[in-house]
Amino acid sequence: MTKVYELKNVYKTYHNDGKEFEALKNVSLDVEEGEIFGIIGMSGAGKSTLVRTLNRLEDVTSGTVEFYGKDLAALSAGDLRHIRHSISMIFQSFNLVNQRTVLSNVEQPLRIAGVPRSKRRGIALEMLSIVGLEEKWNVFPARLSGGQKQRVAIARALAANPNVLLCDEATSALDPKITGEILDLLKKINKERNLTIVIITHEMSVVEKICDRVAIIDNGELAEIGEVREVFSNPKSNAAKKLVFPSNPFAPSSEDGRLIRIVFDGTKSSEPFIANLVEQTGKKVNILSANTRSVGGIGYGQMVLELPPDPEDQNTVINFFKGNGLTVSEVKIDE
Amino acid sequence: MNDFIIDAIQKGILETLQMTFFASLFSYLVGLPLGVLLYATSKGRLLENRVVNFIVGLIVNIMRSLPFLILLVLLIPFTRFVVGTSIGTKATIVPLTVGAIPIVARMVESSLCEVQPGIIEAAKSMGASPFYTILHFIIPEAVPSLLQGAAINIATVLGYSAMAGVIGGGGLGAIALQYGYYRYQKDVLWTTVALLVAMVMIIQEVGTILAKAKRKV
Repeated sequence: MTKVYELKNVYKTYHNDGKEFEALKNVSLDVEEGEIFGIIGMSGAGKSTLVRTLNRLEDVTSGTVEFYGKDLAALSAGDLRHIRHSISMIFQSFNLVNQRTVLSNVEQPLRIAGVPRSKRRGIALEMLSIVGLEEKWNVFPARLSGGQKQRVAIARALAANPNVLLCDEATSALDPKITGEILDLLKKINKERNLTIVIITHEMSVVEKICDRVAIIDNGELAEIGEVREVFSNPKSNAAKKLVFPSNPFAPSSEDGRLIRIVFDGTKSSEPFIANLVEQTGKKVNILSANTRSVGGIGYGQMVLELPPDPEDQNTVINFFKGNGLTVSEVKIDE
Repeated sequence: MNDFIIDAIQKGILETLQMTFFASLFSYLVGLPLGVLLYATSKGRLLENRVVNFIVGLIVNIMRSLPFLILLVLLIPFTRFVVGTSIGTKATIVPLTVGAIPIVARMVESSLCEVQPGIIEAAKSMGASPFYTILHFIIPEAVPSLLQGAAINIATVLGYSAMAGVIGGGGLGAIALQYGYYRYQKDVLWTTVALLVAMVMIIQEVGTILAKAKRKV
């Protein structure tokens, strides 16, 4: 696999009124060609800063960001502008020029890249047809809905035929239905054009729906990185657990109650585990929370259970679940 | 009012329009680039440059704080140098232009500041140079606001042009002074005032209509 991005030990420190703020701490990761790579974190975690280092809208304080083996920090201003033709970006607030028509907006990157006037219009119309808005070529952005504006922004981003598309919270201003449509469009473009996509989001559902791999950023640090399925079924870091299992379970019945989380994937969802547990071992557990989600087409379920008070009973229960091939992990009450 | 005065008022209207038009035009030729420079060199902008911003800002502020009447007198030698005389309509255009430049510059600067930073970020991410970004992203996006500002500027220049009557300029202001003030012809005074008010209102209204037609948000 060709690496599109290779980040090594990236740090970013802001100086504000004499105060230092470390937005990124020792972040190292790779993005591979053709994949949809998600970067997720709570607001303020540093993910927007991180994506801006990928086209050098932000300079890194130390460490390197390599794009196809080229260190972005080493580029001259002219070379950087040139390389930005291959790195497109879309934004939460769309950032279209409101006083220009849709067509003129989509033509803009072509003008910047020096494509002759005679070819610009044809390419721009083709991009608009990819996003399904060719009929709107002559209207102004103010007449479009949020979803349509983001489609125009995507058409604009594709016009210069980039290698990578960076999406900075691109669906956060849209309702769930439109978000789904935009994500389907991104997935389609990713497949058809083999376009590498990096998605920044705070919404788990976005990552679940289209990402191949995900990096979890917490407090400026890379908390966890891996295949989406892997991270979702078995999150290791606290930050990942918080994102994957966001719902707060009910408090256990006694203060020193021991909680466990069991996670099962769709292949095992046909078995009634809890009923089997009671039937086979006679031990009872208290269900504090339970939910299911679909990741890449496979259903995942998770439950938080309170174990019986007797330590021996607790081991029996844990061994029962483990024996059935479920992932069992301890849950701290304040988690 | 006799025919002579009516003729004079008609001529005065033309002169006032002439002064306002050329002074506005010339002040924008200088003030627009100056405003762009003030905007682009300020902190956190595309061509941030403290020294340039400080010097240009200082000159603009000094020019703006001079009362226009004083500027008129101060500029007499300069006016003579440029147009060969210091009285009449043509001569008045020089101090009017100089007086309007700093106002135009600040007005343009504040219009450009209204442009959403996200649009500039988008331009940067496309590989646009700072110059291209200003020309093709920031200025087009600011056009409605620039038009609104232009209406205010032109109305100000029109008002200033009336003051030029004091030092021998032409136009409605001079008529108001000569007939209305020095000769106590109240009817002439009020007629010219009414005409000036009407002209300012028309300019303002046209500016607003144009800005509205242009604003696509």
